[in-house]
Amino acid sequence: MDVNWNLLIQQLIIGLANGSLIALIALGYTMVYGIVELINFAHGEVFMMGAFFAATVVGLTGVTPQSAPLIIIGAAALALVSAMLFSAGINFGIDRIAYRRLRRAPRLAPLIAAIGFSFILMNIAIYWKGGNPISPPALLPQKYRAYNVLNEWFGLDTTIRLRPLDLLVFAITIPILFALTWFVYRTRSGKAMRATAQDRDAAALMGIDVNRTIGMAFLIGGALAGAAGMIALYYTSAARFQMGFRYGLFAFTAAVLGGIGNLYGAVVGSLLIGIVWSLSDGFMKTLIGGWGAQWTPSVIFGVLVLVMVFKPSGLFGDHVPEKV
Amino acid sequence: MASRSVTAPQSRFNPIDDWRRLIGPVILVFAFIYPLIDSWLGLRQLGKLEGMLILVILAMGLNIVVGYAGLLDLGYAAFFAIGAYTMAFLTSPASFFVRKGWVPEFMQNFWPAMAVSWGVAAIFGVILGAPTLRLRGDYLAIVTLGFGEIVPNFFLNAVSITGGTQGLNRVGMPPAISIPFTDITLRFGPTDQRNWYWLMLVVVLFTLFLSLRFHNSRLGRSWVAVREDEIAAASMGVNLVRTKLWAFAMGASFAGFAGSIFSSAFQFVHPDQFAFSVSVMVLAMVILGGIGNVYGVILGAMLIGGFDRILAEQLNRPLHWFGEAVNSEGIQGHDVGSDRFLVFGLALVIMMLWRPEGILPSKRRKLEFHEHDHVEEGVT
Repeated sequence: MDVNWNLLIQQLIIGLANGSLIALIALGYTMVYGIVELINFAHGEVFMMGAFFAATVVGLTGVTPQSAPLIIIGAAALALVSAMLFSAGINFGIDRIAYRRLRRAPRLAPLIAAIGFSFILMNIAIYWKGGNPISPPALLPQKYRAYNVLNEWFGLDTTIRLRPLDLLVFAITIPILFALTWFVYRTRSGKAMRATAQDRDAAALMGIDVNRTIGMAFLIGGALAGAAGMIALYYTSAARFQMGFRYGLFAFTAAVLGGIGNLYGAVVGSLLIGIVWSLSDGFMKTLIGGWGAQWTPSVIFGVLVLVMVFKPSGLFGDHVPEKV
Repeated sequence: MASRSVTAPQSRFNPIDDWRRLIGPVILVFAFIYPLIDSWLGLRQLGKLEGMLILVILAMGLNIVVGYAGLLDLGYAAFFAIGAYTMAFLTSPASFFVRKGWVPEFMQNFWPAMAVSWGVAAIFGVILGAPTLRLRGDYLAIVTLGFGEIVPNFFLNAVSITGGTQGLNRVGMPPAISIPFTDITLRFGPTDQRNWYWLMLVVVLFTLFLSLRFHNSRLGRSWVAVREDEIAAASMGVNLVRTKLWAFAMGASFAGFAGSIFSSAFQFVHPDQFAFSVSVMVLAMVILGGIGNVYGVILGAMLIGGFDRILAEQLNRPLHWFGEAVNSEGIQGHDVGSDRFLVFGLALVIMMLWRPEGILPSKRRKLEFHEHDHVEEGVT
């Protein structure tokens, strides 16, 4: 079979960008699961709310692609930070209102509450921006829209496109990932978080404020989801109330693939899922000729089911025996 | 003695008070004569009630998996889809299988096709349930959710068989039934809403009967045992694999019933009818009404289904009137139908926080949910 190398490389670039985007969401899942063993089902919707809020903030600044470059960068940074704060607030609020009261309830109670919150947030999003997809206020100057970094900067004669937008995704994601690693492994609060994840009762005995630490995990997870929301808004140039479901489950799949509770695992899993995603988008249509073209959800959920059934600890997770 | 503990009820049957004895028959009679009242008063709600009855069947089926056996299934709509598509594959003249001549003539009839849908859904219950057997509660939930997304996605993409986004129409309808010794013939055309309603009501009663019998059977008791403590149940000789697979199969088979009637009554199947929100809506019914208690589940289905199909529409007029009164354009233009996700979500959250056992709880489930309450009281 002929392999279309250009398409393959193109899809790999998109896959890595998508992967680093879902890494930000997956980290929120994995941190929360690591610390309270809860699949925070509303996390995808927290991400979606971040995207909506970013769109609103950019709209309020009134910046257009014709504005001065510094003003555009400033508006984008403002939108990014405010989306992070907004999503962090929502995630923290949900924990404070519901999950905290359900810490000692049967395991499925907080999960069901989380599903409930995910639907509540979706409905709020419908009130806010309506049921149809919205497109973000334009920010990127016209010149950069059809700009190919490989042609313009490196002088390569190729049809493979690397857009400034792809690079921006990495430029925002990678520093955030480093900052998170530094926080979790180098600061006192991060240490408290790891201790709480390991043994909540023992951590409490050592004088760690467990509720505060768990709240912080929700705050950070929410902030990362908000950043992802802003990036997704501009990377796909669309946002819809349902976007959180798909992205959220893909990110959750990534977190499970990498071994839930493991931060590096979540990043590696996300990059893998991102690549699977874009390859499926690019190639499934030709592999299964004559049938529909939207196989990606089946492929990713297939990965999810296979990992959960055959290796629930994921690629890098420790095997956790069931607690009796 | 304030301390409570989980003990088996004194008797296998719940004690029935005198007034409770009457409620069942009264509701039943009312349900059966409702179509006459409907046409007498000109309410025109039958078509919507049909949709609600299908939701009741679904909720009872999910109750077997979630309520009896304690396996949180987030992909229940998949079995609904399988039932509906099986019916369409067998009876629709537009179906790939019928056009190829693979479906024998007698199978293209509604009744045999309904039995097949029931069986196919049950088999898929086993097939999709089998991989989840080793998994714990929340992992199991996510895997079932994965299947719940894969199945409609498959129906969406397998264009040559399922028609993809076109869906399948002209699904077969039941042949007319003539009641012996009378002149009455029950026809099932697109306009015979009354007969469809009665047909669905009979199926609801049949599934209710099955649910009740399951609850008191040997299988039903092993479901409870597995739900309360898997390891203890296994060591007492309950076969975990068989017990769980039966739960998935029976739960799915109810959805097969519901799906086959749904596609036949509404003459159309489309992948979008089986989205995740359907699974969550049915779950919300089970949890709101009373997880594990069939009557509670029926109540939950009537409440949420009633809001979804009837009340949301009826509330629009008073709300718009109120909006005019306070001169608010937002309220005037608001469609209560767009609040459905909020209602499902709030139902789940509020019940989990304040009454996890539901409005009409099963006594045993209630004790399980409050198992830790007195422990905490003892500590402080």
